[in-house]
Amino acid sequence: MKEKLVLIGNGMAGMRAIEELLDIAPEMYDITVFGAEPYGNYNRILLSPVLAGEKTIDEIMLNDEQWYADNDVVLHKGKKVSSIDRRNRKVIAEDGTTEEYDRLLLATGSNPFIIPVPGHDLPGVISFRDIYDVDAMLESSKKHKHAVVIGGGLLGLEAANGLMLQGMHVTVVHLVDTLMERQMDAVSGGMLKKSLEERGLNFLMGASTEAIIGEDHVKGVRFKDGLEIAADLVVMAVGIRPNMELAESVGLHCERGVVVNDTMQTYDPKIYAIGECVQHRGETYGLVAPLFEQAKVCANHLAKMGIARYEGSVTSTKLKVTGIDLFSAGDFIGDDTTEEIVMQDAGRGIYKKIVLKDNKIQGAVMYGDTVDGAWYFQLMRDGTDTSDFRTALMLGQAHLGDSGHGGNTTAANMSDDMEVCGCNGVNKGTIVKAITAKGLFTLDDVRSHTKASNSCGSCTGLVEQILASTLGGDYSAAPHSKPMCKCTDHSHDDVRQAIKERHLISIRGVMDAMQWKSVDGCASCRPALNYYVIATWPAEAKDDAQSRFINERAHANIQKDGTYSVVPRMWGGLTTPKELRAIADVVDKFKVPEMKVTGGQRIDLFGIKKEDLPAVWADLNAAGMVSGHAYGKSLRTVKTCVGKTWCRFGTQDSTGVGVELERLSWGSWMPHKFKMAVSGCPRNCAEATIKDYGVVCVDSGYELHVGGNGGITVRVTDLLCKVETEKEVYEYSKAFMQLYREEAHYLERTAPWIERVGLSHIKQYVEEDAENRKALAVRFDESQKYAQIDPWAERASKGVAKHEFTSLKQIG
Amino acid sequence: MSDWIEIGTIDDIPVLGARVVSTADGNIGVFRTVDDEIFALRDECPHQKGPLSQGIVHGKRVTCPLHNWNIELDGGAVVAPDEGCAASYPVKIEDGKIFLSLVATA
Repeated sequence: MKEKLVLIGNGMAGMRAIEELLDIAPEMYDITVFGAEPYGNYNRILLSPVLAGEKTIDEIMLNDEQWYADNDVVLHKGKKVSSIDRRNRKVIAEDGTTEEYDRLLLATGSNPFIIPVPGHDLPGVISFRDIYDVDAMLESSKKHKHAVVIGGGLLGLEAANGLMLQGMHVTVVHLVDTLMERQMDAVSGGMLKKSLEERGLNFLMGASTEAIIGEDHVKGVRFKDGLEIAADLVVMAVGIRPNMELAESVGLHCERGVVVNDTMQTYDPKIYAIGECVQHRGETYGLVAPLFEQAKVCANHLAKMGIARYEGSVTSTKLKVTGIDLFSAGDFIGDDTTEEIVMQDAGRGIYKKIVLKDNKIQGAVMYGDTVDGAWYFQLMRDGTDTSDFRTALMLGQAHLGDSGHGGNTTAANMSDDMEVCGCNGVNKGTIVKAITAKGLFTLDDVRSHTKASNSCGSCTGLVEQILASTLGGDYSAAPHSKPMCKCTDHSHDDVRQAIKERHLISIRGVMDAMQWKSVDGCASCRPALNYYVIATWPAEAKDDAQSRFINERAHANIQKDGTYSVVPRMWGGLTTPKELRAIADVVDKFKVPEMKVTGGQRIDLFGIKKEDLPAVWADLNAAGMVSGHAYGKSLRTVKTCVGKTWCRFGTQDSTGVGVELERLSWGSWMPHKFKMAVSGCPRNCAEATIKDYGVVCVDSGYELHVGGNGGITVRVTDLLCKVETEKEVYEYSKAFMQLYREEAHYLERTAPWIERVGLSHIKQYVEEDAENRKALAVRFDESQKYAQIDPWAERASKGVAKHEFTSLKQIG
Repeated sequence: MSDWIEIGTIDDIPVLGARVVSTADGNIGVFRTVDDEIFALRDECPHQKGPLSQGIVHGKRVTCPLHNWNIELDGGAVVAPDEGCAASYPVKIEDGKIFLSLVATA
């Protein structure tokens, strides 16, 4: 018989936990939900747009009644739970409905705080918390003119904005001098106030409410200084208090909220609690992102997996007022141990402030231009040392403004028909609609439902902004330490470390040792694991062809029509008449429809049938050519310029160095593709400063550049160091490649890897510590012993993987 | 009615892999899961006709090599939130031999 789970509180946190639970353990419990409100579960953070008339209630439902029926979840809606019989494990509602439980989940949320001034209970005084409040406000806006909102925080401003859009004359009353003082400093708060005033809101700052006046309905508000203003509607939005009344009444330990541990358990081990009603490590939370993190952890424990821990959240905030861009996170005020970088351009309405301590971001507040909010937030949560790029910090990450989204950098100013994702043709309206209609909260949700940011990723920042501006501060940003994929809770770093420390030499071994949640992984984790075991244990790990993408399994690039393209290696871009003749013969013999010179200085043959590949390779092998690995997460090409043999400006033998670099590195598997170039002088004709490893020859030696990237985000390399001899060029290149191979996450190019770990880290291992450099180079050479075997020759003449290139059977 | 055609043995297909059976009406992908279950689908992703036989097999699904759509091997349905269905064909195994019917079930 199934165990019984009862949820008290049919809101976003509780239902998120139920959904997570159904995902990982669908058959474990009979589930019953009590909700005091007469609805299914709706998206509370979208109440502001409903008030503003931008959305309807139906559009913000997350789980309608059909959902409960479809998932066999019993919903007692409109039934308030009055008591819990902990001894007999029963929940009793006000109407007498009783349900037994084996485990109980409390998600009773919070109550708005009502200032106990005289008149606070007059008709016309309401809070802003649920559908009922929104209905009351909309109703009032039809009949009345004057509204006063007490509280200039996030919720108060959203309520005020909504009421103003409904045609009311709105005055916001705030106790202190800065709006949203928990999220804004004085400057940005002032800018916010100014632009809200321009929209028509009125403000009374530093005003302390003394009484709400009126006889049978509110008529006005009186302040301590004697001032009185007229009001037909008063909205109290001065804060929320965890709703722990029920928990307290049944003797559960409560302080400011229901106290829970890192597994979301209360002092009664049968009872869990999550959401706004809880107090965890002394903190209470009112934003959705932390609540969802709690829900995930709680579901893990309800499913008796017992491995997840909630360790608290760092939150960021955005205001959901259309057209206003503001962002804040962390400690944005600072103290005498912190430093700040400030940029202010009043004319453009832009203000940015970053607070740093020991070069690490403690907090940030931005107004007008919030493009880099997500980046700063990430740096802050990761505790990244910013000293390597501190000069550029204020200028932003600039990954927006690259190719692919028409130069748009701020989502708020885009109209619905403007294209966000240039790869998949997704416009802003489609994304916003999907977020609200389908109840999406994360970047991954948006990616899978709309395909926006799902291909090249250059519009990711824009999509995050749309998420943030649609959901306010409450969207869940990518978690601090991201699991590799849905098959595991472990991060890439965890997995790499375990493979190394526990001597795991197969994909199966990793999955068993690290308790993979799926039987045999997925198309995302298997290629990563295959790379990790091979890169870590080159002599012992066996390559698993079925865990490689088709290109690496077929050793050619699949094209959209299912044919393949073939690129033979041309060392350093050099070729010979013999090679060219052999290529021309192959084109004739196999009727290759198209050939093209690639950007990497070689020749691509398109439209080859899979079954012809081994024969094509045999002919190319016969002329001395090997695989160019143009299809692999591996060393691709080494581009070179003419060099001093011919060029009048050449300072060194750049072509020769390029050939040698390619000879030593070909065949090596990498976390992602890896490109090199060697230029013979600073004119840099080989474009070495946008390669993963670039050498620029100068008269006195060789500049070594790392982490460059063409493509979506053009990133110029960082200068690693300068060396004097060719021998050093090779040793440093091996060490750099090996460090990248050992440390980067699968599918992470050198550019983001370096931005993640910092250039100092690379310098420390590759440049400053000679012993370590040599050790890295030795490990690279060792690994190459097993990698430098031409895969084409093996398949063309040694019968390897024959099944890959022949059909199982021909019928008819 | 269904005419069963012998197409090979289980061992002809790598575990977590696929082979192609070519017919006058186009290719059929024949897939083998980790538990040695065999499934046959039309070798065309409902999205943009990517050859499913070239994808990565995991659980009872295959991921299309072109744009990473996931397809249920059993029945050919596309995994949500994407939508669509690939035609699937009946398969039976006798003494390690695989028999295929060309009468699509969907």
